Amino acid sequence: MNRMKATNDFVILFANINGSGSASANNLFAKAVFRLGIPVSAKNIFPSNIQGLPTWFEVRVSEKGYLGRREGYDFVVATNGQTVVKDYQELEKGGYFFYDSSRRLPETLKRDDITEIGIPLTNICNENYTDPRLRQIFKNIVYVGALAYLFDMDFSVFEDSIKSQFAKKAKLIEPNIKALKLGYDHAQEHYNDICQLNIHRRNLTGDKIMMEGNTATGLGAVFAGVTVAGWYPITPSTSVIEAFESYCRKYRVDAETGKNKFAIVQAEDELAAIGIVIGAAWNGARSFTATSGPGVSLMGEFLGLAYFAEIPVFLVDIQRSGPSTGMPTRTQQSDVLAAAYASHGDTKHVLLFPANPKECFDMTVIGLDLAERLQTPVLMMSDLDLGMNTHMSDPIQWDESQVYDRGKVLDYDGLEKKKERWGRYLDVDGDGIPYRTIPGTHPTKGAFFTRGSSHDEYAVYTEDGKIYARGMQRLLTKWDTAKTIVPQASISENNNDIGVVYYGTSSFVAKEADDMLTDLGHQFDEMRIKAFPFGSEVEEFIKAHSTLFVVEQNRDAQMKSLLVNELQVVPDKLIEVLNIDGMPITAQFIVDEILEHINGKTSEEVK
Amino acid sequence: MSYIISDFRHPNAKVNDLGLSKRDYEGALSTLCAGCGHDSISAAIVQSFFEMNIEPHKVVKTSGIGCSSKTPTYFLGRAHGFNSVHGRMPSVSTGANMANKDLQYIGISGDGDTASIGMGQFAHVVRRNLNMIYLVMNNGCYGLTKGQDSATADVGSAGKKGVANQFAAIDLCQLALQLGAGYVARSFSGDKKQLVPLIKGAIEHQGFAFIDVISPCVTFNNTPSSTKGYEYVRDHLDATGTIDFVPERQELKIIHPEGTSKEVKLHDGSKLILKKNSHDYDLSSKREAMNTIETVREEHKILTGLIYLHEDPKDTHAKINSVDKPLNSLSQAEVCPGSAVLDDLNAGFR
Repeated sequence: MNRMKATNDFVILFANINGSGSASANNLFAKAVFRLGIPVSAKNIFPSNIQGLPTWFEVRVSEKGYLGRREGYDFVVATNGQTVVKDYQELEKGGYFFYDSSRRLPETLKRDDITEIGIPLTNICNENYTDPRLRQIFKNIVYVGALAYLFDMDFSVFEDSIKSQFAKKAKLIEPNIKALKLGYDHAQEHYNDICQLNIHRRNLTGDKIMMEGNTATGLGAVFAGVTVAGWYPITPSTSVIEAFESYCRKYRVDAETGKNKFAIVQAEDELAAIGIVIGAAWNGARSFTATSGPGVSLMGEFLGLAYFAEIPVFLVDIQRSGPSTGMPTRTQQSDVLAAAYASHGDTKHVLLFPANPKECFDMTVIGLDLAERLQTPVLMMSDLDLGMNTHMSDPIQWDESQVYDRGKVLDYDGLEKKKERWGRYLDVDGDGIPYRTIPGTHPTKGAFFTRGSSHDEYAVYTEDGKIYARGMQRLLTKWDTAKTIVPQASISENNNDIGVVYYGTSSFVAKEADDMLTDLGHQFDEMRIKAFPFGSEVEEFIKAHSTLFVVEQNRDAQMKSLLVNELQVVPDKLIEVLNIDGMPITAQFIVDEILEHINGKTSEEVK
Repeated sequence: MSYIISDFRHPNAKVNDLGLSKRDYEGALSTLCAGCGHDSISAAIVQSFFEMNIEPHKVVKTSGIGCSSKTPTYFLGRAHGFNSVHGRMPSVSTGANMANKDLQYIGISGDGDTASIGMGQFAHVVRRNLNMIYLVMNNGCYGLTKGQDSATADVGSAGKKGVANQFAAIDLCQLALQLGAGYVARSFSGDKKQLVPLIKGAIEHQGFAFIDVISPCVTFNNTPSSTKGYEYVRDHLDATGTIDFVPERQELKIIHPEGTSKEVKLHDGSKLILKKNSHDYDLSSKREAMNTIETVREEHKILTGLIYLHEDPKDTHAKINSVDKPLNSLSQAEVCPGSAVLDDLNAGFR
């Protein structure tokens, strides 16, 4: 039998039981790979459940720096009896099947094209620990120790990780290291030179960090000066607010009084959450909320109000698989249209599409600036994959010279100096953006009545159709202004006739797909969209290519629809590449779809 | 009805301690039906804020949707107002209050806006003890959509269409009590003498102050068969006691015979003076307040006046321990951790 051989380029699947403490052990392993200087991506494939159901953790080790998901498992760590059959059968040919040999594998499991590695995890723990809880938890650490041996990894990295992880709980360091060694030693004794997959130190990660998108988003909101958050718990967005709160506790508690320079209100529902954000922003505080698709649906009416009454809103949408409750713990990019045109009547909203944790941070800062500059809702479209998985990313940066853009706000002096009559909805600069005032600013000037009903330039109620229409047209002028200040698409062009369009997490696999296509003799230009409305660069890129593959993770080609709708593109030239199974898209999938379109063949056949 | 508001000011018009006249507390001309109870409430609000010497621009007016929610345009024209979406005034008020704790918040709602579509938000703003006045202009019907029953309409009450309501009525005062409101009052738009001191007490109250004001809809629900028409309400009022508001620095002017009145102190030393009547109960007892509402209802009457007062010193801001300075006034330097913390932060992710 041919045992799979590879160094720093393979995929490990951890099959665990939800709630068994495996997550921290698996993260310990992934982090060790990263600390050995090798690009790594880790994806938690978890159920909508707190305890008992199967959960998987995929770790892709890639010296080439491919951070997207790859189909297929080269090494399986099977600790879950419920899924052992499936995990066994789906292992790649030549792969390795690691299991707890305290119990024998079911008789039916027979393959002669894989290598079985049985380590008696339960027995080892029972022999070494008496506390039942520790026996369970350390089982996970023991298998990590065994992996360290099997993959020929530098053991000191694990020791250092444990030491830094438990720096504040020093008494946990020794037992954890002991558990690692138990696994390491057992594997060394019984499986010497069996595993041909290696993880060897490299120097490829530079100053990169490993971070969850939601953590970066919450941190971004702290740096961006958000003081009010209204929210309602919903997977996969909850950890955005949790991160915001934990960083606020770290950086925003007044040292003298112990009081908080922030207000976080857990609302009764998403309607109230967005209402709180709107009320706070209207009253001059930076505010935000985080939610997912169902929340966006509920917030629709309020988003229309904020659009029409011109109130800054920053909303983070961590997309999950819809429609309805859908697959709440699986990823998707299926809220694009619902977000772009949220609410009844003629409405459209600014969207941002981050593709890594650093962008989650940066776009949160940019998004809050844009919301105040444009006095309108801005929705940052992250997703479960980006938000809840740990990703390798450039480090977080903050330029001390950057000043919050609070937009056009008239303060006391501004109102005093104003010679002509001030109109809340009067476009004096020609960019469609009027000046606003904050309650309490001036005793006699600048008060107005905010409403979602039609109003004239002076915020006075009107049912005069011409005045209403004038206001609606001005909002389009503002929309045009937005096109010039939202983040521009990143484009890599080489005069190719065909282009590939990515956005958000679909771009994790862009480089890999491009390399694969290049190997097969295809050269394409590439564009990653970062915002809606589309800037002129997007329009030009679309115009310059005869065929464009639009890569998305939804069924209905929502970004394609937006492009067709907003840019008057001929629909035929935009070819849909759509992954809808709730798992992060793979490069192989994209390559197959593109090749199938080009020559009616899959890459396997082409090879 | 005139649609032009007069600019005339009487040269000797009374001014308050701020040197402002009542005109400075008025708003745009009302477009509600002539005789609408809501306009009387707007006038009571104008009088209360004027007499309490509140700077109008330091007030924030919020509302939902409906006839009641239009009224913030008709009072305190120098204050910012926010006519939000149906039933969602409480969340907008919460956000606004979180941004700036130093302003005075008055939210106007109706019985449809509060007892039906906004029931959830109402319940939770009470729970949060948001420092605001929440005033319901309660007419038992949906005026702006031409008179459908609302959830506060009594069983058997019939408006203009003549069909008696079959569904149980929601008593918003009882609900507010149950949910923890610290200040609960009911009044009648036709009784300004009672309403003004109640609004003043609410202005002074730290925390959530709820006032349910029965305000007849002259167009759709002022029939003899309605329990929210002028005639019925006038005939069935039963007050907890005649009430007066006495500001903190003012000497007590109303002299009631010994033992016939009682004082209710507010946090700043102001007092509400209640002339006792047969409903003399402990106003700080939630149970007695509930009991009295029910007892009076069994007599087919409507309990008005101050029903409950208990100062919970912890409003939302106190509960979440926010800084004394309004959050919307914090500078970038006060809220942004800056690049100094980045080395540590990034190191934690390696």
